[in-house]
Amino acid sequence: MQFPKDLKYTKNDEWIRVEGDQGTIGITDYAQDQLSDIVFVEMTVAPGEQAAKGAACATIESVKAAAEVYLPVGGTVTRLNEDLPKNPEQVNRDPFGAAWMVQIKIANPAELKDLLDAAAYEVYCKERAT
Amino acid sequence: MAYIPHTDDDRREMLAAIGVGSLDDLYQAVPAEHRFPDLDLPEAISELEAASELQALSEANLDVRHNACFLGAGAYHHFIPSVVDHILRRNEFYTAYTPYQPELSQGTLQAIFEYQSLICNLTGMEVSNASHYDGATALAEAVILALNQHRGKRHKIVLSPAVHPHYRQTVRTYMQGMDLKIVGDDDCCRGPEELLPFIDADTAMVAVQYPDFFGHIVDFRRLGEVAHAAGALLCIVVNPLALGLLRPPSDFDADVVVGEGQPLGIPLSYGGPYLGTFTTKQDLVRKMAGRLVGETVDSRGQRGYVLTLTPREQHIRREKATSNICTNVALMALASAVYLSVMGRQGLRQVAELCYHKAHYAAAEIGRVPGFRLWNEAEFFNEFVMACPQPVAEINEHLLEHEIIGGYDLGAEYPQLAGHMLIAVTEMNSRDEIDDFVAALEEAAHD
Amino acid sequence: MTEALIYDLSAPGRLGVSLPEPDVPLAPLPAGLTRDVLPLPEVSEIDVVRHFVRLSQLNYGIDTGFYPLGSCTMKYNPKINEDVARLSGFAHTHPLQDPTTVQGNLALMYSVQEWLKEIGGFAGVSLQPAAGAQGELTGILILRAYHRAQGDAERTKILIPDSAHGTNPASTAMAGMQVVELPSDSRGNIDLESLRAACDATVAGLMLTNPNTLGLFEEHLLEVARLVHECGGLVYGDGANMNALLGIVRPGDIGFDVFHFNLHKTFSTPHGGGGPGSGPVGVVSHLVEFLPGPIVEIVEAGDDDEAPLYGLVMPARSIGRVKAFYGHFGMHVRAFTYMRMQGKSGLRAIADHAVLNANYLRARLRGTYHVPFDRICMHEFVAEGKWDEAPGVHALDVSKRLMDYGFHPPTNYFPLIVHEALMIEPTETESRETLDMFVKAMETIAQEARSDPDVLHTAPHNTPFGRLDEVRAAKELVLCCRPAWLEGAKAE
Repeated sequence: MQFPKDLKYTKNDEWIRVEGDQGTIGITDYAQDQLSDIVFVEMTVAPGEQAAKGAACATIESVKAAAEVYLPVGGTVTRLNEDLPKNPEQVNRDPFGAAWMVQIKIANPAELKDLLDAAAYEVYCKERAT
Repeated sequence: MAYIPHTDDDRREMLAAIGVGSLDDLYQAVPAEHRFPDLDLPEAISELEAASELQALSEANLDVRHNACFLGAGAYHHFIPSVVDHILRRNEFYTAYTPYQPELSQGTLQAIFEYQSLICNLTGMEVSNASHYDGATALAEAVILALNQHRGKRHKIVLSPAVHPHYRQTVRTYMQGMDLKIVGDDDCCRGPEELLPFIDADTAMVAVQYPDFFGHIVDFRRLGEVAHAAGALLCIVVNPLALGLLRPPSDFDADVVVGEGQPLGIPLSYGGPYLGTFTTKQDLVRKMAGRLVGETVDSRGQRGYVLTLTPREQHIRREKATSNICTNVALMALASAVYLSVMGRQGLRQVAELCYHKAHYAAAEIGRVPGFRLWNEAEFFNEFVMACPQPVAEINEHLLEHEIIGGYDLGAEYPQLAGHMLIAVTEMNSRDEIDDFVAALEEAAHD
Repeated sequence: MTEALIYDLSAPGRLGVSLPEPDVPLAPLPAGLTRDVLPLPEVSEIDVVRHFVRLSQLNYGIDTGFYPLGSCTMKYNPKINEDVARLSGFAHTHPLQDPTTVQGNLALMYSVQEWLKEIGGFAGVSLQPAAGAQGELTGILILRAYHRAQGDAERTKILIPDSAHGTNPASTAMAGMQVVELPSDSRGNIDLESLRAACDATVAGLMLTNPNTLGLFEEHLLEVARLVHECGGLVYGDGANMNALLGIVRPGDIGFDVFHFNLHKTFSTPHGGGGPGSGPVGVVSHLVEFLPGPIVEIVEAGDDDEAPLYGLVMPARSIGRVKAFYGHFGMHVRAFTYMRMQGKSGLRAIADHAVLNANYLRARLRGTYHVPFDRICMHEFVAEGKWDEAPGVHALDVSKRLMDYGFHPPTNYFPLIVHEALMIEPTETESRETLDMFVKAMETIAQEARSDPDVLHTAPHNTPFGRLDEVRAAKELVLCCRPAWLEGAKAE
């Protein structure tokens, strides 16, 4: 199970990579493992849209579950991963790389403080596994 | 105690295994003051007595086997090939549960897959679900789909008054908790052209019926164009039997086609259970409510079928589900699959043509009776409206004396059409029956 | 052993059925409105029959064997029900016939309404909802309409336990209300403290399944109902588990204001491979006027010489129709026949033996399978399909292996609050011998889980089909087949 150290995490199993004022968002290795085989991904925001922290930005379906992906922090949507809906299994294979979902221009960097770092997120995952 | 196999010995040994003294001991958790109510119900009777009682009760009805029927309005007396009921009586079909364990349910699953295919091919649409309760609830689900498709940003549905009144009422019941305007159906005589001005950027969907409640067959291409130009979906409610003759609704670029499948091998049964058909274009498949059967393979490489896209359904998505629907009407879908299979390409066309020709003959003959006038101006399929010289209720009373069940009194749902009767004719009405009907109407007109 | 698709059995020119020639003059067909191509199969009658008979043989039904699906009440479907529903006077009546011509139907529906009122302890019943889920939506809409009529439009919240069936929150959302989830306590009841905290003037009601989805009677039910009523809310009951309560207790007596029945569970109407069902709704007196309709009422009282005259009436402040016509009449006929035959004492015996059978299985299996809420259960109980000594074995594997022993598996993975749940509901129509054979198979599987887990992972082996690839079905999404000749015909 991977927990890349350069990312920040939410309790809803999203990750965000922060580069300047740009945030790239996806779901974690733990999340894809829980969902098992992903068959469908759909982005529910559009470039240019302003969305708040906690707003739904994508829907994921596996054979046995469906989940929403929420923005860890608020901002303006800049890019969507156009390839991902055509290859949903990427979420299982490369959740932190090729399976990024949404990129945003972060509106309020202060919101990043509420997120978990890799160590804290790993502990959180271990707690839930029991 | 019917259907309970336990002997006294069984009960005694089982209670001992559980570790309680008596059956009553099993109910400690039930509040004592409310336990074991004395129900005011009749006592048990044997199967022999029940059969006799039910027979008598059934004979307290007039039925369409013993009386000529010219009543339609959303439920029709059609020929049901004997094969259909024999298949429905196969125990493995009707005593099975929903096919959640596909290894034990390939019969149901493949039959439903075939039903989906047959309905798609009949309507020209790309995907079908495994059925809804009836045409009315299928239309309500179509409205929900349209609202979801627009992500709650559009709040208007344009509804033709020529959609079945029960269906429009059902839509309003379902939508009463939602912020939604339903417009267009307040004037009974508003045709599709007159619906165009209602369509705007707030319209999620336009819904019409084909053939409509008054029997009319209309080309909806223009309506579809206007709806799509405004970004709205076009939904058409169909009688699938009519599609044996008529152009498929896909020709009008419909996004959603729903319908009432009762004419396809399902008896009248005083209004239910019937069959709600639901089809869409491919890109709406994930917004579609209800069960879906998909093709796959098993661990041995055999082609097989499973319920698929189940995460859309209530048991996984819960409050985010596209709908709360849990059952379909699998056995009715099976009935229609058997019906369409045994009628086939030629049979369905023949039945539809028989309905069409007999209805036109009846309309022409009745039109000749003084006092009766055909109200329809456009083409019609197998139903038409007659303006009558007397109140419809009185005419129908007279008809019953001749063992004829007359048509539907439109005044009940369309006040502007009081004194107008909606008459349906099917392949079950012989020419003699139609002639007798005309003669009886003539008599009634003279009273 | 696959069966061909109906389209594969088709050949141009084959006729399955014969129809008469038109006996009237032919009218001109509507210009521009007829179709050229009708892509339906052409199969002879014998091939249609063989096809569907062979398909039926790939199915397992209650009439094949034991079917202990928790929460589904897979009891025996009496054959007399099937015969009666097909009597001409029932099967061949049109819903819009004048009520005076269908007094038999209306009398039957009236009796079913009255009997459900008596069994449930309610003042009014509508038979219109087509299934349990539709009964739920109806119930929530009734709650909403009642509060709005009282001027309480701010009551928009529905409290739902986490053990509830998915239709509960889904129905709530469809009614435009808000879901508030309540946790269960360690004994499987609603957590009273959470309930107390949640009850306020914005609560429209509570949705409760009782017995709950763990098969347990809610231990503080009277207190739960009191708390909700005290804050001005109403209690909705999901009657999926009514089989345990017939003649034992009446939901209307213990605090339920609205309740749906499942005729296809409790009242023996067949499941049909996934429907049709029927979900009548019962209500207490102050909610009667909101019922969906029309419902059957006596419009002219009878006397010693004459039967009453029945009619169809729309309740005064009805939430409206929930479907066309009056509901699944064919299922009302079956349920009527069942209730008439069972009578007062028969209904009580049903609950007694359903609860007896479930507790017997629980007692026999609890040594081999962990039962997390191990107290006297009602008509079903939940066991865990996993063992520490058999890592990697899941409830799914146990279920698939049961098929090799000739049984339909119990319900899997529900309720969500138990891991690797196996929800087992035997029903009252199973004999002790059947239950003992089931126990034997379950014990064997528990041993196999330790000694030979692979045989579970690759099960089923003895069925016509092995495990099906659900991932592939969802990814490739083939939902429809088209006849090969259709593409060619379109080109013409």
